[in-house]
Amino acid sequence: MNAPTYNFAYLDEQTKRMIRRAILKAIAIPGYQVPFASREMPMPYGWGTGGVQVTAAMLGPSDVLKVIDQGSDDTTNAISIRKFFAKTAGVATTTHTEDATVIQTRHRIPEAPLHAGQVLVYQVPIPEPLRFLEPRETETRRMHALSEYGLMHVKLYEDIARFGHIATAYAYPVKVNARYVMDPSPTPKFDNPKMDNSPALQLFGAGREKRIYAIPPYTTVVSLDFQDHPFERYRFDAPCALCGAEDAYLDEIVTDDKGSRMFVCSDTDYCEGRQAAGHRGKESAAPWEKAHG
Amino acid sequence: MVEAPDAPMHDQPLLVAEALCKNYGRVTACRDVSFSLYPGEVLAVVGESGSGKSTLLQLLSAQLAVTSGRVSYRMRDGVLRDLASLGEAGRRFLFRTDWGYVHQDPALGLRMAVSAGANVGERLMAVGWNHYGRIRQTASSWLERVEIDVARIDDAPRTYSGGMRQRLQIARNLVTEPRLVFMDEPTGGLDVSVQARLLDLMRNLVGELGLAAVVVTHDLAVARLLSHRVMVMKGGQVIETGLTDQVLDDPHEPYTQLLVSSILPP
Repeated sequence: MNAPTYNFAYLDEQTKRMIRRAILKAIAIPGYQVPFASREMPMPYGWGTGGVQVTAAMLGPSDVLKVIDQGSDDTTNAISIRKFFAKTAGVATTTHTEDATVIQTRHRIPEAPLHAGQVLVYQVPIPEPLRFLEPRETETRRMHALSEYGLMHVKLYEDIARFGHIATAYAYPVKVNARYVMDPSPTPKFDNPKMDNSPALQLFGAGREKRIYAIPPYTTVVSLDFQDHPFERYRFDAPCALCGAEDAYLDEIVTDDKGSRMFVCSDTDYCEGRQAAGHRGKESAAPWEKAHG
Repeated sequence: MVEAPDAPMHDQPLLVAEALCKNYGRVTACRDVSFSLYPGEVLAVVGESGSGKSTLLQLLSAQLAVTSGRVSYRMRDGVLRDLASLGEAGRRFLFRTDWGYVHQDPALGLRMAVSAGANVGERLMAVGWNHYGRIRQTASSWLERVEIDVARIDDAPRTYSGGMRQRLQIARNLVTEPRLVFMDEPTGGLDVSVQARLLDLMRNLVGELGLAAVVVTHDLAVARLLSHRVMVMKGGQVIETGLTDQVLDDPHEPYTQLLVSSILPP
């Protein structure tokens, strides 16, 4: 008889209950970092151990899982985690954003708008937005408790003093539900507005730092800024070289050692979907049908 | 305490200490200290190392909990409130708005890795200032007031000299226009000429802004230059108190006489 080697979705049921309790508390207090008893996972820290534990606690047999890494479905990290859950939970997987019920992500929010019922799970390396300004954990916790967030603006002030504009391009601090300042994980600030009032549930898991936090659906998320230096989205000003998209966040790909480069959508599913719908960029290959006669 | 409601603010004490005691286990660091501090008044607390000066300063600024006794502060609304009843949020808010605290070691009072401008601006941002241009303008005008070259506004204080750091620390504290400043050996560790310049600056600022201050020092020259009143501490107790020139020129207690006589004649 083939007894399963693992419990469903790898973690034992008691651990999942512990994580679910932390998730429920995180949803109840939007943006608040809930400590949890993070487990060792069969992957190194920095590979998404926090996100994987949140996903494992969330998954049910009928869920459809999508995993992206920097927007891409086919990088090592994304493929490993997708296979991990296909093997330990036997759930269906997909690369299509619309079809997924649970999306685990590293450093991007998909371009396609999320819909109600979807859960976006972020992998978080350092959950504390105040960390590099205030090294003491006891002090940062107290600052969150008393909502003393002047220090967060010190970071933005330093940016402007040094570079003339707010140069923070990723992990751009946000205020959730007009209360807690939160690190949105190292997503580009281009993605920050997508977090605001999103119909999907957003969960954040930091495995090494042992913290879970959440943005419930339809919650206000405001990017911090100054009156005279307002928050601005940033994307490289060019169409995608493969699908011609003007509104998607782009990756820069170096194509030779003579300085040539191309800019393509970082969200591979979005890019492929657009190409299948007939959109073309200036460097897209000839249509498949023609190449094969 | 019944007070005439229309009495002017400067006739009423700003800070009132009543029978303050602090024990660390069996060691008594501070015993039965009582005094009132009025707006615009500078009080020097002098005594040798271990006499309880710094403990007293921490009790007054609510960084340490008292073993017994009470510290009250007259808030901007004119009501004298017990600090213990304010709650942590209220005390911390006072600490970064209506109070200043100048540490002996500027590294404790400054953020050494962020620029001078941000150091001065932090308190403004903490009370909700949200306009970069205005924050920067206020920061540079304060740097000017404490005689720091405005061209160095974007340099981190770790590139500053000891005297500049101490002046920056003062600017950082005064930017929210506090009414009360605590200073713990503000001139400690500086050379004599820098000390003189700093004392001169502090005396001017205290006079201009009408600040009340509690200055802890073991240097009687600092007390003589800055303060209106002196409190002499020994073994955790106040042994003599009075006007500065009175105490320093005509000390009554043997210990005070010893302190005064141990200054080298000029």
